[in-house]
Amino acid sequence: MSPLLILEQVLNGLQLGVMLFLMAAGLTLVLGIMNLVNLAHGSLYMVGAFVAAMVARWSGSFVVGLLVALPVTALVGVVVERVALRRLYERDHLDQVLATFGLILFFNEAATMIWGPRAVYLDGPSWLSGAVEIIPGAPYPAYRLAIIAVGLAVAVLLYLLVTRTRLGMLIRAGASNREMVSALGVDIKRLYTLVFGLGAMLAALGGVMAGPIYAVEVGMGEHILIQTFVVVVIGGIGSVRGALVGAVLVGLVDTLGRAFLPGMLTLFLGPATAASLSASLASMAIYILMAAVLVWRPSGLFPAHG
Amino acid sequence: MSAPLLSIAGLRKAFGAVVACDGIDLDLAEGEVHALIGPNGAGKTTLIGQLAGEIRPDSGCIVFASRDITSLPVHARAARGLARSFQITSVLPGMSALDNVALAVQAHAGHSFRFWRPAGDEAAVREPAREALARVDLAQRMDIPAAALAHGEQRQLEIAMALASRPRLLLLDEPTAGMGAEDSARMVTLLESLRGDVTMLLVEHDMDTVFALAERISVLVSGRIIACDVPTAIRNHPEVRRAYLGEDDG
Amino acid sequence: MVRRTLLVGGLVLALALPPLAAAFGLDYVVGVAARILIFALAGVSLNLILGYGGMVSFGHAAFFGIGAYVVAILSYHADQGEPLLTWPLVIGGSELAIIAWPVAMLVCAVVALIIGAICLRTSGLYFIMITLAFAQMLFFFFVSLEPYGGDDGLSLAQPSRAWPFDLSDDRQFYYLVLALLLFILYLMRRLIASRFGLVLRGIRENERRMQAMGFATYRYKLAAFVISGAVAGLAGALIANHTEFVSPSFLDWRRSGEILVVVILGGMGTLYGPVAGAIAYLMLEEVLARWTEHWMIILGPLLVLVVLYAKQGLWGTIEKMSGRR
Repeated sequence: MSPLLILEQVLNGLQLGVMLFLMAAGLTLVLGIMNLVNLAHGSLYMVGAFVAAMVARWSGSFVVGLLVALPVTALVGVVVERVALRRLYERDHLDQVLATFGLILFFNEAATMIWGPRAVYLDGPSWLSGAVEIIPGAPYPAYRLAIIAVGLAVAVLLYLLVTRTRLGMLIRAGASNREMVSALGVDIKRLYTLVFGLGAMLAALGGVMAGPIYAVEVGMGEHILIQTFVVVVIGGIGSVRGALVGAVLVGLVDTLGRAFLPGMLTLFLGPATAASLSASLASMAIYILMAAVLVWRPSGLFPAHG
Repeated sequence: MSAPLLSIAGLRKAFGAVVACDGIDLDLAEGEVHALIGPNGAGKTTLIGQLAGEIRPDSGCIVFASRDITSLPVHARAARGLARSFQITSVLPGMSALDNVALAVQAHAGHSFRFWRPAGDEAAVREPAREALARVDLAQRMDIPAAALAHGEQRQLEIAMALASRPRLLLLDEPTAGMGAEDSARMVTLLESLRGDVTMLLVEHDMDTVFALAERISVLVSGRIIACDVPTAIRNHPEVRRAYLGEDDG
Repeated sequence: MVRRTLLVGGLVLALALPPLAAAFGLDYVVGVAARILIFALAGVSLNLILGYGGMVSFGHAAFFGIGAYVVAILSYHADQGEPLLTWPLVIGGSELAIIAWPVAMLVCAVVALIIGAICLRTSGLYFIMITLAFAQMLFFFFVSLEPYGGDDGLSLAQPSRAWPFDLSDDRQFYYLVLALLLFILYLMRRLIASRFGLVLRGIRENERRMQAMGFATYRYKLAAFVISGAVAGLAGALIANHTEFVSPSFLDWRRSGEILVVVILGGMGTLYGPVAGAIAYLMLEEVLARWTEHWMIILGPLLVLVVLYAKQGLWGTIEKMSGRR
């Protein structure tokens, strides 16, 4: 285990972490403010990636694909919010889970019909195709570094938005006291739609950026969705700060677990046992982390509600 | 004088900078009807929450029936004979009035890990439940779902549930809240009929109810008990008058 | 009246189904029906905690899958003739239903005890998510369980031996599943009417109230969770025999969603609801799938509509019509 290898894996973990953060920020805001469990959040991630892949193929430019995918996905999100989700705000979590489960089935099938069942590929921009030497002798893909940079920039922007603007004030107030926001004379429906559109756009950003690393395919949203829920629950529902901490934690635990558990277990066990045990442990690590956090703090690390 | 049934000593609870209970001492004798009054925000609800076990005090102790219950969970206190009614009516809305009370009986008839015999056929549970309903004048309404009962009836049902568990101490959190004059009067009569059978700690805003029922009254202001005496003395207590009665209606 | 007619009619139809299917030359229907009954059983198990106990578990497929895997793994060891464990004591595999199925239930009960003990410390949304997380954890556990096929799953050499039944015969398998479902429904009926059942329903209605009455609600919820897990394990043991194949996809989170759908569609908190739900859901799937390969594009929005406008579910509506709710 060389220090360079560790550095590389930490960066990989960070990269996964910021991707998860992009998803988790939207999900946790919708949960905290509208009290809505939206399983279809992963579908928006998928829609973003597919739209970007399609546009990038036509235009030959990743950036154009990205710039088209963001508003298109935000629009899809707003339409879904108006048509279906709005009716679910006052329902219990069970209803929300079931209805948005139905939406996932719909989106997956629609994506299969439009883009086909096969994975499509999305190439990153050529000017990010190389590697950067972070420290001498340790090259790291420039594209992955860019993801980390974009993710952190979004985190800073969101922080400024939530703490410094009127919209942010309403978002914070909405997360802790819905009646108060209505009492302030704010059009709560508009606020909800706005927050939802913002969340959809962040999900799309995550999906598009994931495109060149993972495959763009039907069902891509679900895997990251469940990980995102793990992040949100660890961080504490409704807390953007919690989402960031949770995302980085989950990203690191998952990546480092997969990278280093086999080696560590081989020290104690035979190679065959170590290989099979570490494979299960590594994929279960984030869920074990979540269970541990909940046993320790049943409302997550940064509970937003009292 | 025998040992008090309930003895609170030095109870303190703060939420951040707000001290809700600031060193409360209070003794209740067996059979006593004691009222707790005080302006909004005085700490009454916090005190009831600590007695029932939903809020953990920062310091101090609560002794009930000669046993320290300060660290016991809610259900264990209830099992020792500490029953309560809630400020906001709290029943099992989808179940019949009889089932509501039957569960209260069941709670004190040993464990309920009985999976086979239909509970509806068990006279040992049903009979005491019917008696408790009759005592609060709800015998005719026992098959109706609790949610379909009128507000006053739901409050009566809560009392029946509390009684069915044969409690030694009844914590009554504003039993006449939200009631009209007629329902209130019926509730006062009902509580009056329980005097002597069960010790009661009554939190109440309605002074008529308080003076009709209480043998002793404690006045809670800003987390402290500023006076504790018989009703006539409380009525004339200068500090109480200033802090709470007459001058502003709390 | 309607309710009674439907129950009796349904039972008669269920009993007469295999000969009827044979008469019309539709033998494959018996297999489909067995599958429906197995999903009904899984639904019945979830309904105990969801419908009567108010616990929204989003990880029920875990028990379904574990039950299936236990049968498959025991069968694999019996077939290969190598013991399952050699230390601390020698345990071999088994193809006998009388051994394998109760073991499946027992393993599920133990896993449910562990998972439940942790999950039930939380409530609401956190409970939904942590049950999902545990199911995912077990999903990945089986994915990486290389000795038993890992991702590819494991085939059963032959169905369990359940003397006097021959389970490779579709009709005999069907009748055995039907008998088990009826037996479990009878047990559930007793359970729900018992003191324990009354407490469980009370917790669904108002847990805080139940605690104030003196119930240690956690223990009752945990007991229900364990019973539910064990019954789901039986359903899993049956599905392994039905498909003669198990794979991690049995524990997929979408499967958990489907079992939830079965319960809601039928009417949660009603005894026969999950059965009605399983019939409706799987028939709908059959019919839609025959019509278009993209049947989910219809099923998805349909689900949204059911949640929004028909929450009582099929059997719930019938119970209401019969004045039972």
